Amino acid sequence: MKNHFELFGLTPAFALEIESLERSYREIQSQIHPDRYAQAGDAERRASMQWTTRVNQAYRTLKSPVQRARYLLEMNGVDVEFETNTQMPTDFLIKQLELREALDAAKQPEALDRLQAEVRAQKALLEQGIARLVDAQKDYAAAAGEVRKLMFLDKLDAEIDLAYEEAH
Amino acid sequence: MALLQIAEPGLSTAPHERRLAVGIDLGTTNSLIATVRSGAAAVLPDARGRPLLPSIVRYLADGRVEVGYAAEARQSEDPKNTIVSAKRYMGRALKDVAHAEHAPYDFVDAPGMLQIRTVAGVKSPVEVSAEILKVLHARAEASLGDKLADAVITVPAYFDDAQRQATKDAGRLAGLNVLRLLNEPTAAAIAYGLDNAAEGTYAVYDLGGGTFDISILKLSKGVFEVVATSGDSALGGDDFDHRVFCWVAEEAKLAPLCAGDMRLLLVKSREAKESLTTHSEARITAKLSTGEFVDLVLDSETFCRITHHLVQKTLAPMRKALRDAQLGVDDVKGVVMVGGSTRMPQIQHAVGEFFRRDPLNNLDPDKVVALGAAMQADVLAGNKPAGEDWLLLDVIPLSLGIETMGGLAEKIIPRNSTIPVARAQEFTTFKDGQTGMSFHVVQGERELVSDCRSLARFELKGIPPMAAGAGRVRVMFQVDADGLLSVAAEERTTNAQASVTVKPSYGLGDTDIERMLRDSFEHAKDDMHARARHEARVDAQRLLEAVRTALNADGALLSAAEREEIERQAAALAAVAGSNEHRAIRQASEALNRATEEFAGRRMDAGVRRALAGRKIASLDL
Ligand SMILES: Nc1ncnc2c1ncn2[C@@H]1O[C@H](COP(=O)(O)OP(=O)(O)O)[C@@H](O)[C@H]1O
Ligand SMILES: [Mg+2]
Repeated sequence: MKNHFELFGLTPAFALEIESLERSYREIQSQIHPDRYAQAGDAERRASMQWTTRVNQAYRTLKSPVQRARYLLEMNGVDVEFETNTQMPTDFLIKQLELREALDAAKQPEALDRLQAEVRAQKALLEQGIARLVDAQKDYAAAAGEVRKLMFLDKLDAEIDLAYEEAH
Repeated sequence: MALLQIAEPGLSTAPHERRLAVGIDLGTTNSLIATVRSGAAAVLPDARGRPLLPSIVRYLADGRVEVGYAAEARQSEDPKNTIVSAKRYMGRALKDVAHAEHAPYDFVDAPGMLQIRTVAGVKSPVEVSAEILKVLHARAEASLGDKLADAVITVPAYFDDAQRQATKDAGRLAGLNVLRLLNEPTAAAIAYGLDNAAEGTYAVYDLGGGTFDISILKLSKGVFEVVATSGDSALGGDDFDHRVFCWVAEEAKLAPLCAGDMRLLLVKSREAKESLTTHSEARITAKLSTGEFVDLVLDSETFCRITHHLVQKTLAPMRKALRDAQLGVDDVKGVVMVGGSTRMPQIQHAVGEFFRRDPLNNLDPDKVVALGAAMQADVLAGNKPAGEDWLLLDVIPLSLGIETMGGLAEKIIPRNSTIPVARAQEFTTFKDGQTGMSFHVVQGERELVSDCRSLARFELKGIPPMAAGAGRVRVMFQVDADGLLSVAAEERTTNAQASVTVKPSYGLGDTDIERMLRDSFEHAKDDMHARARHEARVDAQRLLEAVRTALNADGALLSAAEREEIERQAAALAAVAGSNEHRAIRQASEALNRATEEFAGRRMDAGVRRALAGRKIASLDL
């Protein structure tokens, strides 16, 4: 079976032109989507659903930086071990604690806006680092550590989203 | 130019007859049916020229059923047998229904979905909805002058699996071939987008009689992509009526009311509400069965005050949808208003304020959903040539998960995933020698299972005894293009000796549907068989045509022997397809389906390759 990158005719890399991925995704969907086979027989309808499902999954994985990174590392035999490896550099952990405290204190949407902007800026920096480690240096073990950090920040970002609901 | 031609998707099919296909907006308050004729979508009116069909069904003791305006006229006179807003009950148990105590019906609680006792017997909301669909079905056949089978039925985007399944069952019960369940705001976006050649990010705000949806879509040439959806499947104009009703009861100091008076006052409340859209006051007068008179004046300020929290209730889903889409209000280019309740000035105002722009009201909010559904039906029926059709990418509105230890819900498929989507999760046995594992499938965003909608419980049996933790079971969730879920579980340690597949059914199994079908043909037993025969024949013709089309387009993907085998099975089906032997037809159809399985997979693979080749050539050309 083709890997997710091959499926979209892309070279495996963390740095990815999202527009190009999007275009390929849409071109492929217009060929195989169940709406194209609404009048077909069971076999084709099933095949269309299975293939579209697979393409959707691949697209979702590649579109998300965290998932794309994990997938690339997996392709290179490195497990990110997010659940088991809890070792993090101390300065990163301290920064995390500060951000979490800020989240607990943020009651107004404006404060959450500021916090979210900061988290997203940090995420962007990490992503640049991951691109260097994976694409240029091919240092997958080091990349795994950065991906773990990115996952931390992703979780925090999601928690900020939840906090908005309570802020209103 | 020539290069691009080669790179174009090879979907060219042998010319076939235009298929009749309709779009149906099965609303809480009003239902409509529309179709595309000579390139334009139009709503089909009834014999008296009225486009809307009130979604009201009255059951009479002699077995007759009145639907629409006739039923509406009798609702306060015969409240117990006249079902309004049946959509609120689709896929719902009694405990899930707000204000059930204010509805005049004799509810029968049943597992999965409530039922209603009428003079004509106990009716499921699915049967009530099917009565509405049957009338629309007949209307279409009368005005199109042909037998009709294919339909797209719309559902609120925020409908869960139970509500969707119930809607599809109603379609089946009404004798329709449901091509697709389409989300209402998505249908509206199609109609709006095509009419206005809209490009960019749009929001659709749909507030009808009983449901509220908000969808954020990206529109670009030939693609409608839903990026996020949210809403409340139990919020709509009915709730505004209810607030006015409570105000009346309080102001007039009314004692508890009988069912008829309650209906009467609800109707009066709704009239007052609608009148306040264009007037600053509305007078509410009614003579109750107790002899009491109600005579009150409601001004728009009071109305706004008593319904303020309902308007506010639509804001949270808007914020949530935008956040899920990772967009801000300034990214939204326009807000399309859909549903009768968006006529209320306070709604227009609140939406305008939220998005900081005037909402778009240039479409008829009553018709836009049906028109969009008709356009999509036309595409699904294959009536549009490649290049003039479009791609629709929709999402699942609520997360799907499984109950884990401690009554917590573990999400397997997150909300706003593009459908169709599948995800698998592995579970391990936790006891030595454990031979079964039970699962509870839930839908919703909350952490506690008890706060989510329960979709199905099932057990996987026959796991070979092993040490605790050694047995591994893979649970696979698959959501299809209608947004409907099926779940499969399979034991992984040994060679998949145990497996099970479930489709959540909400108290209505296939046998129930069959019983309802039988009931509806009570007066003409032969009809049932006639229908089965007819359906088998139609399906066979459809399959033969599809196989023919596939062979024409992609026959090159087959070896001579493979092609011969498919041709042989097709000939075998063609030989029986015209007969009355519906079992033989089904068997031959299945055989042909099996024979084309491999071919179907290769066609998808070829489709993907074609798409990528097209991309390469297209970018060279640029
Ligand atoms: N002029 C109006 N002012 C306020 N509400 C209205 C007006 N016209 C219709 N409505 C309300 O719109 C709702 C029906 O909207 P509709 O889009 O037909 O609903 P549904 O899709 O649920 O069938 C009802 O609650 C009705 O009272
Ligand atoms: Mg509606």
